Amino acid sequence: MGRGNPYAGLVRRLQATWLSGKTRPMEYRVAQLEALGRFLDEKKQDILEATASDMGKVRGGPGTGGPHGQRSRGAALPTALPTHVDKNLVTQLDSAFIRKDPYGVVLIIAPWNCPIYVILVPLIGAIAAGNCVIVKPSEMTKNSERLVAEALPSYLDNDCFAVVMAGVQETTRLLENKFDYIFFTGSSSMGRIVMAAAAKHLTPVTLELGGKNPCYVSDTCDVQNVARRVAWGRFFNMGQTCIAPDYVLCSVEMQEKLLPALREAITDFYGPKPQESPDFGRIVGDKHFQRVQMLLRSGRAVIGGQTDEKERYIAPTVLVDVLPSDPIMQEEIFGPVLPIVTVANVDEAIDFINSRERPLVVYAFSSDDKVVNQVLERTSSGGFCGNDTLMHVTLTSLPFGGIGNSGLGRYHGKFTFDTFTHHRGCLHRGMGREALIALRYPPYSQQKLGLVRAASEVKRKGSCLLL
Amino acid sequence: MEKMQQVVGRARAAFNSGRCRSLEFRMQQLKALERMVQEKEEEILAAIKADLHKCGHNAYSHEILGVLGELALAMDKLPSWAAPQPVKKNLLTMRDEAYIRPEPLGVVLIIGAWNYPFVLVMQPLVGAIAAGNAVVVKPSEISENTARLVADLLPQYLDRELYPVVTGGVPETTALLTQRFDHILYTGNSTVGKIVMAAAAKHLTPVTLELGGKSPCYIDTDCDLAVACRRITWGKYMNCGQTCIAPDYILCDPSIQSKVVENIKETLQEFYGEDVKSSPDYERIINKHHFRRILGLLEGQKIAHGGESDEASCFIAPTILTDVSAESKVMEEEIFGPVLPIVTVKSVDEAIEFINCREKPLALYVFSNNKKLIKRVISETSSGGFTGNDVIMHFFLSTLPFGGVGNSGMGAYHGKHSFETFSHRRACLIKDLKMETTNKLRYPPGSQKKVDWAKFFLLKQFNKVRIGLIALGLLGIVAAVVIKVSCF
Repeated sequence: MGRGNPYAGLVRRLQATWLSGKTRPMEYRVAQLEALGRFLDEKKQDILEATASDMGKVRGGPGTGGPHGQRSRGAALPTALPTHVDKNLVTQLDSAFIRKDPYGVVLIIAPWNCPIYVILVPLIGAIAAGNCVIVKPSEMTKNSERLVAEALPSYLDNDCFAVVMAGVQETTRLLENKFDYIFFTGSSSMGRIVMAAAAKHLTPVTLELGGKNPCYVSDTCDVQNVARRVAWGRFFNMGQTCIAPDYVLCSVEMQEKLLPALREAITDFYGPKPQESPDFGRIVGDKHFQRVQMLLRSGRAVIGGQTDEKERYIAPTVLVDVLPSDPIMQEEIFGPVLPIVTVANVDEAIDFINSRERPLVVYAFSSDDKVVNQVLERTSSGGFCGNDTLMHVTLTSLPFGGIGNSGLGRYHGKFTFDTFTHHRGCLHRGMGREALIALRYPPYSQQKLGLVRAASEVKRKGSCLLL
Repeated sequence: MEKMQQVVGRARAAFNSGRCRSLEFRMQQLKALERMVQEKEEEILAAIKADLHKCGHNAYSHEILGVLGELALAMDKLPSWAAPQPVKKNLLTMRDEAYIRPEPLGVVLIIGAWNYPFVLVMQPLVGAIAAGNAVVVKPSEISENTARLVADLLPQYLDRELYPVVTGGVPETTALLTQRFDHILYTGNSTVGKIVMAAAAKHLTPVTLELGGKSPCYIDTDCDLAVACRRITWGKYMNCGQTCIAPDYILCDPSIQSKVVENIKETLQEFYGEDVKSSPDYERIINKHHFRRILGLLEGQKIAHGGESDEASCFIAPTILTDVSAESKVMEEEIFGPVLPIVTVKSVDEAIEFINCREKPLALYVFSNNKKLIKRVISETSSGGFTGNDVIMHFFLSTLPFGGVGNSGMGAYHGKHSFETFSHRRACLIKDLKMETTNKLRYPPGSQKKVDWAKFFLLKQFNKVRIGLIALGLLGIVAAVVIKVSCF
């Protein structure tokens, strides 16, 4: 007996349940979603405490899937019905529809920065879609990980759902198994590893990755409002948000106006001593604390810059005199540090953005619509938000996902359901009308070909095919 | 390697120049492609004939017709497909612009297959051009005449930098796959599919893999056997069985097995005459390698019909095998040839179980007068696509997404699905720099009141109910005031 994969048994068990068809009926899926709802309601306090102690916060912070959770549950089920499609002349009397089939056993790997939320939203979609699910919460947020591993199995059917607690080594072994879909949120480098593992089994993936989200601030804007919105987006969750504005691009003149406005916004939000503010958290772990602390050496800190290693506290910081070649401009910051890079004008800003990997989101601030539209039209990114930060993800009718290095696939709202379903094209014909169908059978005479051509010419406008 | 770098680099530079973004440009290229297919029809049919011994009728209806249809559809619908799509807003975003903007991905790679060598590069190409991308086209080297023709023709009609054709075999394709693309669409087998996806993973490139598998065909005892067998015969032996969605094998009750064989034999006679080899409508196996592979599958099998072959011309007669065992070689790999095994099952339950314990196929077929039975098979199995009471036909309805699942592939295309496959749907939210009062709800310092108000604003979706600017502003001010007051 060789050393088998430690998770093979678990995956096999869930596959067996999947094949039994248990998760397919609507009633079953609804029951599981209701159980998940009960988990959210009954464990709300525990969830808040776990995330707070993991992320160093007392109140506020990323939700526990509130609006998304409810919206997703509501939206999921109607979209489960097959959609009938337009037919062409040949198939007019047939039934043609797209079925939304579950994939089977799906794996959801969650990141540490939003430990509960980024498990729940995809989980809701995966359950609604009729799959069996294995969830792997982040090992870096130990309290949330433990809560999910201990509490969730008592709400959901353990034949179909499992939580795996795993570090890097164990996750690598988990990924050796065959899944029918993998949903991964995390860094681009991990994303490559996940996709390479998926390739061995031809497993489709959604990768929600990251990047450096640029934030262009034009010279014509209401500086106070811009400063507040940018500060809010940057320092939310201690900057540990995949969609946070990573750096600002603006002119030297705008920088002069922005700095005092940013200082004011930060003080409004966190008071004169952010370290004491209950709304300002801590960096998630020592490794990340040291990483972000190193990045502070780029440029010059004009706001903040203080750190406290014992508490893993880094003050809300704004850096100026940052060069594109500085270390802070080479990696996603994922911390409460906002570098400002000066550019001469919007064209230079756009060129700067386009010379780098495509980010998860591009932000542009201007009271001039044309400027916002220019940035939108001449750049490429997962999403775009004009004149605000983060808000585009609160609208669940918008798909949320990256492009290029920032990811592939999308979710939120009905897109989550669509992510976890195989869209199966189905055509249900009758046995009659064989005479009409005979045109397609050999032997082929010139006459038959002539008929086929004539029929297709007539119908080409309506793009029909006669065979 | 360097050559690939240059070709892809040129395509990327051409894409970055922005010229393929305008709808006019894309329409112009699509029109040129249409002209090419119409003007060079004879050359295209001749190349396909040289590669696959395919008669004009088949080549036209399998390959050219499909491309023309796809082109017509794309040109007709492009403005609506490419237009930004407004989305439902919530209370908080009522006064904002929120829409999904379809954008080109960049430089995409299309790798074709040899069995339908023209349509399998052209159909995806139409979608990729329509979506505004630069496209590197790599036709299969195994269908060498068509590959050469595509390499000759495309530069004569299309923008040479944006849509280069790369020819060559395994070494050239491997070199090509080291380059960075923004999407790769590959048609072929699962083994190479894994290689393509692994190469794509290095660059986080999304892929559409149109692979294969053994597409099962279940014949219920309650059905018009003559009609069913005629349709199956057509789909199985077209292109000499070298079709990714051909019914690979039959599942049926032992009591109807011999009738099935009789009906297929009769139909074969109708289609190809007494001497199949001399029928101009019957194709050949693509090459000696596949010829020998397919013949190898016949070893130890009960040949109920056919079995004749001629290596010199790569001819294999339409063949039927009966009482085939599930463990035999012919049931292990995709046949991709004119050999039709019949495996007997005692019930539809057994058929469903048989199908489910194997890899998910590209297509699934069921013949029955019993609608409930058909529905049951669909809902208890999984496959790329499905046709009931016929074979192949779901491929021709472009409103249906065409693609596999599991081992048979991922992603889909055809019609609008091609456009979506080759586009990035970018979420856009454009807000106002004013209306700051409502934003105060979300700024720290936090409070329960703020959370409650936030929930209210976020959870209500408004499309039909319009709330004026004033009312919204009032709500925001009220909220801000209430919170300020409650803080004391």
